[in-house]
Amino acid sequence: MPRFESTDHLREYRRQLVAKRDPNQTQVMVCAGPGCLPMGSEEVAAAFREEFEKNGLGAKVLLKECGCHGLCAGAVRVLIRPQEITYQHVTPEDVPEIVEKTLKEGQVVDRLVYEDLHSHEKAVHKGEIPFFKGQMPIVLRKLDVIDPTSMDDYLAMGGYRGLRQALLEMKPDEIIDAVDKSGLRGRGGGGFPTGRKWRICQDELEEPKFIICNADEGDPGAFMDRAVMEGDPHAVLEGMIIGAFAIGASKGYIYVRHEYPLAVRRLQLAIDQAREAGFLGKNILRSGFNFDIQISRGAGAFVCGEETALIHSMEGNIGEPSPRPPYPAQAGLFGKPTVINNVETWANVPEIINMGADWYAGIGTENSKGTKVFSLVGAVNQTGLVEVPMGTTLRQIVYDLGGGIRQDREFKAVQTGGPSGGCIPAQFLDLPVDYDSLQSVGSIMGSGGMIVMDTTSCMVDVARYFINFLYEESCGKCTPCREGLKNLLFILDEIIHGRGTEEQLALMEELCDTMAAASICGLGKSAVNPIRSTIKYFREEYLAHIRDKKCHALVCRPLLKYTIDPETCTGCLACVRECPVGAISGKKKLPQELDQELCVKCGLCYEACQFDAVHIE
Amino acid sequence: MVWKISDETAFDTLGDEVRLTINGVTIRAPQNQSLLVTARQNGFEIPTLCYHRDLPSEGQCRMCVVEIGEYPRTQIVNSCTFPTQAGLVVQTHSEKVVQSRRIVLELLLARTPKAKAIQDLAAAHGVYESRFKTDDPEELCILCGLCVRTCREVVGVSAISMKGRTPDKQVATPFMEQSSACIGCGSCAFICPTNVIPYTEKDGVRTIWGRDFELQPCNVCGNYIAPKYQLEHWAKLTGDPVETFFVCRDCR
Amino acid sequence: MDLPRLETILSRYEGETWDLIPVLQDIQDSYSYLPKDELQVVAERLNVPLTQIYSVATFFKMFSLIPKGKHQIKVCCGTTCHLRGGGRVAESMSHRLGVEVGYTTKDMQFSLETVGCLGSCAQAPVVMIDDRYFGRTTVDKVPKILKLYK
Repeated sequence: MPRFESTDHLREYRRQLVAKRDPNQTQVMVCAGPGCLPMGSEEVAAAFREEFEKNGLGAKVLLKECGCHGLCAGAVRVLIRPQEITYQHVTPEDVPEIVEKTLKEGQVVDRLVYEDLHSHEKAVHKGEIPFFKGQMPIVLRKLDVIDPTSMDDYLAMGGYRGLRQALLEMKPDEIIDAVDKSGLRGRGGGGFPTGRKWRICQDELEEPKFIICNADEGDPGAFMDRAVMEGDPHAVLEGMIIGAFAIGASKGYIYVRHEYPLAVRRLQLAIDQAREAGFLGKNILRSGFNFDIQISRGAGAFVCGEETALIHSMEGNIGEPSPRPPYPAQAGLFGKPTVINNVETWANVPEIINMGADWYAGIGTENSKGTKVFSLVGAVNQTGLVEVPMGTTLRQIVYDLGGGIRQDREFKAVQTGGPSGGCIPAQFLDLPVDYDSLQSVGSIMGSGGMIVMDTTSCMVDVARYFINFLYEESCGKCTPCREGLKNLLFILDEIIHGRGTEEQLALMEELCDTMAAASICGLGKSAVNPIRSTIKYFREEYLAHIRDKKCHALVCRPLLKYTIDPETCTGCLACVRECPVGAISGKKKLPQELDQELCVKCGLCYEACQFDAVHIE
Repeated sequence: MVWKISDETAFDTLGDEVRLTINGVTIRAPQNQSLLVTARQNGFEIPTLCYHRDLPSEGQCRMCVVEIGEYPRTQIVNSCTFPTQAGLVVQTHSEKVVQSRRIVLELLLARTPKAKAIQDLAAAHGVYESRFKTDDPEELCILCGLCVRTCREVVGVSAISMKGRTPDKQVATPFMEQSSACIGCGSCAFICPTNVIPYTEKDGVRTIWGRDFELQPCNVCGNYIAPKYQLEHWAKLTGDPVETFFVCRDCR
Repeated sequence: MDLPRLETILSRYEGETWDLIPVLQDIQDSYSYLPKDELQVVAERLNVPLTQIYSVATFFKMFSLIPKGKHQIKVCCGTTCHLRGGGRVAESMSHRLGVEVGYTTKDMQFSLETVGCLGSCAQAPVVMIDDRYFGRTTVDKVPKILKLYK
């Protein structure tokens, strides 16, 4: 990789790169993103390499283990370019057939092709699949095209064009104006106008200044940032370098959560490559601007997604937030002006410079511009990552892209924004998704997690789940959050065990008011959202637990009863082996009996039974 | 090292005087001074639990919260760190503020039902019992952090700190064993509002945080001054011979 | 105390107070826990009070003050995994290994814990053993998965 010193140098290199590449060359893109990796991407890729060797295709066909294709429900996904034939559920055993039929004979392997669950219509090409049709990828655009370990791939797709333009053709003020005009708002959840944050920091006289990429993606259900860091790490770097130049920062950090080791490796490789190319370090592109980036690893604390807690952790201390003001943009890391933005926010910046602020501002709604990446998971048929313009409705996302509810069940709620968000019921399915609309119904955008729930979910259990999560992650510094979460959890457990009262419901709501008002940071403040939204929209479920001591969704175990149906039980003893308390007994091949006195309602027998002989009521 | 907000100043330096309104009254105060100090200087009382003028404020207890701004865009903030700024409209006892204080006290009363300081402060706010759950009725620590901050900032040895997070957060010595950094000065016990720090004195020995410290008597009058170890620590800091510390203040 | 091992780790850093967490992370990765003796040396070298190290070690989930097992089993209990039965997978593992969640088996072979979210939500329930991911794990798959490590 050469060290780029000028516009011409970069342009010429890119020109030569593109000229060397044959747009019609067959490329096999094996998805190695967060959804496919646990399902065997590496084995599939290895199988392809083996088949290429056997068939002498190594020179003609290019194999890439690329980033997330998006439609994780079809893991492992394989996309074949240039035709854009897309296969799903690919196993190593399928590979010889793909190589033979598709790569050599140009035929489609029918059984691996996407099939609509209702119409049974097949869609061979990526653009025909509803999940992809409805998207507008900006941040995710390169994920199924480039090899994330190849800087050439990134350059060939126009990478670092934005940086070049910003550093050599724009002034810092102009860059901030552009970001301001684009309407970009913080994609980590706060939704604070990015341009405004940059300007506040730029105005500060104190030096040195820092920028931080908050890659602590802690919301359960969210993996957008992980996919971008693993699949297109240079986009994050490029955005950061542009931002640093605009603000006047000399050092940048990427704070990656501990649970993402692959993201750390990919980012580090990208940083090394960028340094080699002269995009990081001294006198970048001979502009006189010096800047470098270092990775900082999180150590396992959700609360470190909060800006000030993150900063303390980077300073070598525990992640307890500090009251603000001063804001990090005024006095942050080591007391110096610091801009902290989320991965997705940084990844949007190069395109805003490339394509212009007006282009970006032309997408989305009045107060929420651009696109948002959502992780659509839970009870939908097509789970995965989607990127849509702000203003797309929940119905479009859940039904058009997500293919509706799994197993033809009924939609119950969609939870957005992670543990700080609320549950949105069916009556709001036509809500155009943006920062303000989500807030108006008692939820938040958050980082983009979108967990769809059907009627097999109990909303009291969901609330308990989130409060328990926050209780374990709360730093414990301030009384309202620490003691508040403890008491919310206790009351929810009482309700789930059939000991709850309506006074306790009212007490929870009263407690929520103070937690929202008086907690130091967002964790405590927005812990109230799951409670408030579920009580507001699903009050009857709470009342059923309290008055009738029943969980109609059959989730809250203390309120359930497990029985074995003697008619269907085959006596295979699978349940007996699983039962942790020995509550099931009986002779082999004869119907088993479940002792209610011993039963701890763990449900393991229900999971183990292959004959549907265990009933819950 | 912690880059933090110190007592009187929310930022580095106090600025010129600015005008702001507290509870409808217009007053003047130095810019950047904390709202808590500004309020108190002007006769407005704001309750606190974790505040001390000689220690950096970290905003733990939430008792000092005030409501700033004008309806409908108001904010609840802790006054111990919020800087005095021109044009601020502050209410120290609005409905929202008082309700917040009451709930915080009710939560603390449930946590530490036998802590007199909490009982008194709660009663002063009209809270006499708690609807919340008590885990350990003998618990006295409200996790205000005064002891930790004192040991770190004033004494300078940092012998105790916070262990863990919400589920089991507590003040502790490293590894729950005797802290070798402790000099036995007892400042932590002195500053603690609820008398929870384990500290006894008997037969010329002070036992604190599970460690025994031999008390040094005054060479002149014979009264105990402080643990010998503590005096040796001061001698090391000042460079003076340790014997100078073996005479009590009264006898000097 | 393994001073040479610790020295290797310390030599990677400049010895500033803010190197504390990366140093602890390296020790945790290398020793599988944070030994007290090593922490005392770190306190001296980085000029950080031992109390601060203890606070940090007990605050962040990745650190352990007691040795962990040969294989670290992390059962994801993120929202999606929870809704898809992650809790039952954890219980089944606990039952089969004879160890409570959050603890290590007596033979020091396995440490079992639940974690917030591993970021592979589309393949819920997810289990991570050392650095290998298992997607769509259900209770009936648990014996087979454990067999790979026994």
